[in-house]
This record gives sequence, structure tokens and C-alpha cells, in this order.
Amino acid sequence: MTTDYLQTKGRIFDIQRYSIHDGRGIRTICFLKGCVLRCKWCCNPESQEYRIQEMTVGGKTKVIGQDVTVAEVLETVEKDRPYYNRSGGGLTLSGGESLCQPEFARDLLRGAKTVGINTAMESMGCAKWEVIEGILPWLDHYLMDIKHMDSGKHKRFTGKGNELMLENAKKIAASAQTRLSVRVPVIPTFNDTPEEIRAIARFAGTLPGVEDIYLLPYHRLGQDKYEGLGRIYELPDLLPPEQAHMERLKEEAERQSGLRCQIGG
Amino acid sequence: MAKYFTQEIPRTDRIPRLVKHLYAKMPEIESARAKLITESYRQTQDKPIIMRRALAFAHILDNIPIIIRDEELVVGSTTIAPRGCQTYPEFSYKWLEAEFETVATRRADPFYIADSTKKELLEADAYWEGLTTSELATSLMTEETRKAIDHNIFTPGNYFYNGVGHVTVQYDKVLAAGYRGIIEEARQELDRCRIGDGDYCTRSQFLKAVIISCEAVIRYAERYAGLAEKEAFSCTDEGRKRELEQIAANCRRVPAYGASSFYEACQSFWFVQQLLQIESSGHSISPGRFDQYMYPYYKKDLEAGKLSREFAQELMDCIWVKLNDLNKCRDAASAEGFAGYSLFQNLIVGGQDKDGVDVTNDLSFMCISASKHVFLPQPSLSIRVWNKSPHDLLMKAADLTRTGIGLPAYYNDEVIIPSLLSRGLTLEDAREYNIIGCVEPQKAGKTEGWHDAAFYNMCRPLELVFSNGWDKGEKISIETGNVEDMTSFGEFYDAYRKQMDYNISLLVNADNAIDVAHATRCPLPFLSCMVDDCIRRGKSVQEGGAVYNFTGPQGFGVANMADSLYAIKKLVFDEKKVTLAQYKRALAMNYGQGFDAVSAGEIVTEILREMGKNGMEVNQDQVAAMITAVMNAEIPEEEKQEYEKLRAMIDEVPKFGNDDEEVDMFARDVAYTYTRPLLQYRNPRGGQFQAGLYPVSANVPLGAQTGATPDGRLAHTPVADGVSPSAGKDVHGPTAAANSVAKLDHGIASNGTLFNQKFHPTALSGEKGLENFVALIRSYFDQKGSHMQFNVVDRQTLLDAQAHPEKYAHLVVRVAGYSALFTTLSKSLQDDIIRRTEQGL
Repeated sequence: MTTDYLQTKGRIFDIQRYSIHDGRGIRTICFLKGCVLRCKWCCNPESQEYRIQEMTVGGKTKVIGQDVTVAEVLETVEKDRPYYNRSGGGLTLSGGESLCQPEFARDLLRGAKTVGINTAMESMGCAKWEVIEGILPWLDHYLMDIKHMDSGKHKRFTGKGNELMLENAKKIAASAQTRLSVRVPVIPTFNDTPEEIRAIARFAGTLPGVEDIYLLPYHRLGQDKYEGLGRIYELPDLLPPEQAHMERLKEEAERQSGLRCQIGG
Repeated sequence: MAKYFTQEIPRTDRIPRLVKHLYAKMPEIESARAKLITESYRQTQDKPIIMRRALAFAHILDNIPIIIRDEELVVGSTTIAPRGCQTYPEFSYKWLEAEFETVATRRADPFYIADSTKKELLEADAYWEGLTTSELATSLMTEETRKAIDHNIFTPGNYFYNGVGHVTVQYDKVLAAGYRGIIEEARQELDRCRIGDGDYCTRSQFLKAVIISCEAVIRYAERYAGLAEKEAFSCTDEGRKRELEQIAANCRRVPAYGASSFYEACQSFWFVQQLLQIESSGHSISPGRFDQYMYPYYKKDLEAGKLSREFAQELMDCIWVKLNDLNKCRDAASAEGFAGYSLFQNLIVGGQDKDGVDVTNDLSFMCISASKHVFLPQPSLSIRVWNKSPHDLLMKAADLTRTGIGLPAYYNDEVIIPSLLSRGLTLEDAREYNIIGCVEPQKAGKTEGWHDAAFYNMCRPLELVFSNGWDKGEKISIETGNVEDMTSFGEFYDAYRKQMDYNISLLVNADNAIDVAHATRCPLPFLSCMVDDCIRRGKSVQEGGAVYNFTGPQGFGVANMADSLYAIKKLVFDEKKVTLAQYKRALAMNYGQGFDAVSAGEIVTEILREMGKNGMEVNQDQVAAMITAVMNAEIPEEEKQEYEKLRAMIDEVPKFGNDDEEVDMFARDVAYTYTRPLLQYRNPRGGQFQAGLYPVSANVPLGAQTGATPDGRLAHTPVADGVSPSAGKDVHGPTAAANSVAKLDHGIASNGTLFNQKFHPTALSGEKGLENFVALIRSYFDQKGSHMQFNVVDRQTLLDAQAHPEKYAHLVVRVAGYSALFTTLSKSLQDDIIRRTEQGL
């Protein structure tokens, strides 16, 4: 069997081990560089552009972005295999939008899956269906971001409408090839009203096979990075939602969708 | 039916009241024991030492004041004041006299001492001049050894100043047969001795000393029975009256006879635990496998309907409180190293029996609950983990961990059992191991392990390489050549190994001198009657009566030395970016960061010594002026920049703790420079030396005696703790750090290794958090790590870090898949995280 896919190259900006809030078990997240959206609240602003950048971190200049092969990434992923075995964890792709580097994303997942490592991907599903279709055989768990049901508002806050993503969500669910979870970043002023969350939950409830919804409360931990990139953070006064409010949204989402709903990853 | 009962049993109201009473005021030093032992010793000068010890023990137990504290169900207190301590002048006393005026106000572990107590102690102490174990040990050491101790290469202070402790006795034997049974055993052995035997004198004296000691313990319990009866008689509260009557009945029966109920077993256990302390003063007297030896009594009563789970839990909670009633005053320097009034009474649950079957039971779970109910540092709760440990037990343990109490510690059967086998234990004994003190494994009731025999600072021999054996103007070690002349890393590393070997031999000399001193002056007949084969051999554990004998001094600073030697290899020899001469100067100049008062004092001492040699004299004012001058000395800007450049280069060299194969395997080899040479040495009890790799909390005070190291660490800052990576140098998260640490050879460090990890509470929140946490422990253990313990950072710590960022440079917080150094975040983000912490708990 050919293992050419191990030589596929791509661009990443970080590999983070011991991630326990994204998917099942103890996971290693590989962050792919480049995104189709420009969400104003994005906590990884260095992920958005594909080009290699410089960012000031703790007073030092750090190069963001590195071109690597699948094999090189898997070497790091492999190091925590004992933890995956014990916890049910594995590799998670994140970004950016992993689908912006379709071959690389596919081959990373394939490489892991082939050697028995569980795979997951955080993605908005913002790509041509053929791309997603090519990935599904290698993916155990699709963590799908759905941010808003109103395409206009979606476009104002992220730079793109939501039609393609919602369409893809339906197709992924229908394919029954992977476990599918819906994740909603709860952003005050954007989508944190009960009506908006209910609308997303209603949609999620119609997708066959979806088991759970995650409501991820907005946090400001990426704020310092904007400055490091020489950019301006457009939401400086935004405060994270109160716990009580999150609880209420959770109840609404559960009632509306009939799905299991959880706050946080 | 489930194999064991795992549900949480609620705490009774009595427990917080007991705790409150115990912690109502500062602990106090009392003089009763010192007075009594001295009285006895004055009258027994014609007798052999073992007999003098037994008679003194009996005299103490017959006369020391006793007290039943409010609402106690299990009784026996060593001092009238809660958490008070007695003194033990037969081991050492001068340090306490010297600290009379400061002991109540010192930073670490202060003790109140009344003027009348000071007076009584001075009177008693006067007898002991020249008669202590520490004085005898000093005279037994070679001059080189004493010099190495003076220069802080290692410190055997623990046993040098105190009793040894560090033992787990046969609690099961006392619970089953009582001291009447042990007296009978000794009598039978005595009957077997023939007057004409060559060892008749020593054997018969030992056995008689055992009998005297056991009889004294029985009388002591009867004193408590009498007191309880008296208090019951005058008690107006009907409920308490009945409790006191029950206490009296218990003390009439145990520990004289075998326990006939779980309650009696609890009381019997407690007398053993408490009185071992009165006899010997040592710390780390460890209850061991409490869930195992108590279980038969629990099960029998439970099945007979005589005991409710609730009452069993309350009794255990009472014992947990009592374990914090025992206390010990150490000298100021040692108190820093063992900070927190800790007696390290290690109590372990779970694991397997001698046949290799998992023996987790109801009590294993209830022990964890007790620690949660009482929420005090004692006992040092531990969990044995192996491939067949029930998941429920680990989840329960993890649930305790996430409270932030720092308990339990987790131990890996899969490493420890083979490790003990390699030291000559039988498979059955190895499977039944428990932990002494911090991390030291051994078989209970058969071992005199001398765990914790010294702290050996692995950084100091590297300083001796740079100084060619000199320290503070004095030659204290062998010469290994001028570093300026070394042309290969092999040569340099070899010099380090030679400095290590030489100083390890001095360490052995120090320990063996102290060992002989204990055997000569403080053999312990009471303790020895509960350790095999003392009775059969007719000698105390101090004289080699135990089946297994070890000496386990612990090395620390593995991570600093690994990073240091690796940096020298890379920067000096591989990449040739800096010379050893430049490195040497940078270290001497503390990387241009200036000198604190300690370094300045050292430099001035050196100058004065030189001046003294030339017959020059200086007065105090001049010395002070010199110190100030050194502290304020300006280093030229250019030179400073050079040091900064060097530190930046060092920063770039890979460090231990990041799952980097090359540097981790290098660290493994560096650890061998301590663990391997020790194995060739023997102790006077006929046993072997074995290494531990852990520092208790001594990495901070002993780091303060260590100059700058080539890993970029500044002078007098803490060195790395245990086998953990240097603080802040592991930047790839807990799995990478654990993988690195697991690459060390834990098996050879059969006296134990210690790995600390810090977590943010959100990492353990919810059921999923606990599951992942347990998986992390299991995975580290799959890779043959030996021990793991956790700090779960609480809100208070984060607030403190916000106020004092300099103390928390390495505090990593991980929230929602994003990790950061807490102190580098802006105030508002820090506030966010503090808020999350509250939610996480």
C-alpha cells in the first residue's frame, strides 16, 4: 500500500497537546493556517491568513506559520498515544478552517486513522461538498460550528453568508459516515439571544444522527494576540456571557432540539 | 452485589468541631517527656542501653500527663495542648535552646514555648551534654564528611538531629494478638535462650526490654480507661457519658488484647501510632495499608449488624483528626525543608495482596472520604494503582484531588513491585508494599529502610567541577582539573561523575556514622517488637533486627543538572559558541544579575579568609562595608550584555520536560550519576544503599545554598523539585512533561521518585474532567512512571499570583484549549480566568 499521503505538505501554526475540551478524551490539536471567515471575536486571529506572519508574544517576535508534512505532524501526534488509548482521545484538526487545505487535512486524518488513532475536526464546513466527501471516510467526529441562522447577520459578523455551511451540515448528517456534533460560539451582541440560539437548535434537531450541541461561551483570551499582530480588536468592550444566561440558553436549546446540550467543549 | 460500597457517607457534625478545637491556637512545646526521660536515665546508668530505653519509655508512659479532648471517640494525646509536641533530648537539644526566643515567631512552623517550659527543658537538657546521638554521630564521621556537610553538599540533618521514624510496623499483629500476645511471644523466645549462648546477654536483655515496653503500653491504656471512667462519672450529658464509658471499656481491653470490634481496632491502632512517636521522635511513622488490616474488623461487625457504615466512617474521621494532633518541632532550617508541620504519616489504600489479587474494599473508599471530610494535611493519603485497580477507586481519588488539597498521591504497582524485587524482597512481600513518608516503598513490619536518610544536592558537585574542588575559599573535594583545560564534553562529564562519586562516598560515611550512633545510643525496643525478625533475632531494628535493611538518601536537582550539562555539551563543545572559561565567569558573576546578601557574604568570607592567612585583621564595620561594596558593585554594561547573550543562548537549548528524545535520554543518564554509585554501598545493619529522587520541600531552602547553574538558573533560587522538570521549562503541557519524566529510570531509584504536576481546576471539572485526569495518570503509569501528585491551583493562588507575579513566573493556566503563562496576561484577562476558576470548582 502506498503511503505517499504521509508526504503531503501543509501549513500549520501550532500543535497543542493535552487538549481536553475539544472532542472526546485527551487530544492533540493541530491548528491549520488560513480561514475563509473573519469572525470579529476570533480567539485565534493568527489563524486567519494563510501567509506566514510575525506576532509579538510576551515582548518577543514569533513567526506564525510553518510548512510541514503529514508525517512530521504525526510524529508529534504519536507521542501521546498512551493517553489516547486510556482516554479515548486522538487527533483533532482545527484552524482556521481546516478545509482551506483540503488535501493536507484529508491526509492528516487518513494518516492518523490508518494507525488506529481516533480523529476529529473542528470546522464550519465552508467548502465544496466534494472536499468534505473526501474527508469523511477518515473522520470519526465532526465538530461543526454553526454560528447563526440568519445569513445576513452571519455575513456582517464573519464576512460570509451561511448557505453553503448549512447545506453541507445536512449532507454530512445524511452521509452517516461520522459522528456529528454542533457547536455554537455564544457571542454577546451577535447570537446570544434565546431566539437566535433556539433557531440554531431547531436546525440541529432536524439533522439526522446529531447527538449533541455545545454552547461555547465567548472568552477574551485571544484579545492580546490582536495587538501582537498589530491589529485592532473590534470588540474590546464585549464581556463574556454570565453563567446564569448560559444555563438559560442551554435549557432553551435542549427544549427546542431534543438533543443533549452542554456548556463548554 | 457490588464488590464494595462506593457511596459517599456524610460527615457528622462532630468532625468539624474536633478540627476547630485542634486548631484553636498555635502548637506548643511541652517539657514532660524531657523531664521524665532524664529522671529515668539518671537512675539507670549501670544498665545496658536497650534496658535503659525500655525503663525510660515505661517511666514516661506511667507519668506523662494525659487528656481526653472534647468529644473525642478515639483517645490518646501526647501533649495537653492540641497539636503540641514533646522534646527528645537524647537525639539533640542544643538547636532548640538556641531557638528558644525565635521558635514562636519564625516563619516556618512556629511553636509557642512558655518560660516555665524553657526552664524545665534547660534543667533536663543539662544531663545530655555529650550523650546524644548527634554528638556521637559527629565524632564517628571523618573530617572530610563534616566539611562536605558544612559546605551544604548534602545534609543528613533529619536523622542527625532526630529519631529515625520512617517505618510501618505490624499494626495487624497488635490488632489481632494485643500486647499480651507480643509479651507471650517474647517470653517464649526468652525461654529458648540458653544461659550459655554467646549472645544470651544481649538477646535476653532485648526481650526483657520488649516485655517492659509492652507492659508499659498496657498500663498507659489503663490510665486512659481510668480517666474516661472518672470523666464519665462526673459527666452530665447522657450521650457523652455513654461515649466516655465506651472509651473506658475500649481502653481496658486494647491494646492489651486483640480487638473484638471495629471500634476497639480503631482505638488499638491509635495507641500504636501515638506511642511509636513518644518512643522515638521520628517522623514518617506511616500507618500503611489501613484499609487492609482494619477490614476484617469492619466486615465482621458490619455483617453481624453491630456496626453502621456511618459510625465506621465517623470513627475513621476521628482517627484522621488525631493524626493531626501529633506534632514535632524541628530546627528552623529543617522546618523550612519539611514545611507545614508535616509528620508524613503515609496511609495507602488499594493495590494487591501477596497473591496478586486486587484488594480494594469499602474502607479504601471510606479512607478517601475521611480525607475529604477532615480536610487536613495528615494522613498523607496515597493510592496504589495497577492495571486492575477499579476505575471507581481512581475516580473517587481524582474527586479528592480536584479539591486542591494535594491528596492523594498516586503510586504505580507496575514499577514499584519489580523495583522492590530487584532489592531482594520476595514477590509476596513486594506485592504488599506500602509507602513511607513521601514516596518510599517498602514491606511493612519487616523493613528498617532509613528512607529519607539525607538530601543530596546534585547541583553542588557541578559547582565543584568549575572550582576544581574548592568552595568558599576552602578545598573540600577532590581535584578534577581546571575546566579551562578541558577539551571535550566527555572530559567535563567525567569530572562531574568523579565529583559525584567522591561526595556520595562522604554521604555514605555520614549516614553510616549516624546509623551507628542510633544503634549505640537509641535502640527502640517498643518499635522493634512490631518488626520482624527482631524478637526472633533478639535485637532491635537499629542493630539490624529487621528482615530488610536499606539506607535511602535522596538526590535532587536532576532536571537542573540535565539541562546544565546538556547546555554545556551543546554550547561549549558541539556549537563552540562559548568557552568553559566564559561560562565559569558568568556563573561566578551570577549572569551579571548582581549579588544578594548571601552571595556577598560568601565572597567576603572568602576574602577574609585570605586576609586572615596573611595575618590581617578587620572589624565588624569593615566587614559590613565590604558586603555592601560587593552587593553594590557595578558590572560593566558590556559584560552584562555578554551574560544576557549567554542566557538567551541557554534559553534556546532544548530542556528536559518537553518530550524531546535526545535531552530526555540525556537526563536519564544524568540521573544515573546519583542512582548507580549508591548501590555499591552497605550500611552497618547489613543492608544496601538505594537512591531516591525527591526533595520533600527542600528544593527551596537548599536551592538557596546553591550558586548559579549552567542551565541559566540564578544563584540561590529554588532548584527543580523531585524528578519534575525545572519550573517553567516544560512548555508543551502535562503529557509532554509526563512523557519526559517517564523516560527516567524509576526502577533503579527504589527509594522512590516524586513527580509534581500543577493543574487548573477546569482541567478536572465535571465527570469528563475526572475521566481524562484518571486517563492521564494511567498513561503516565503505562510508561513506567512511579509516582504522581497534583496541585490544583485554586482561586486564592491565582489572586496571589495577580498580586505577586514575581512568585508565579511559571504558573500556566489552561482554559478551553488555550494555555498561557498567567502572569503575562492583562489584568482583565486574569480576572476572567479567576472567575472561571470559581466556576470550575
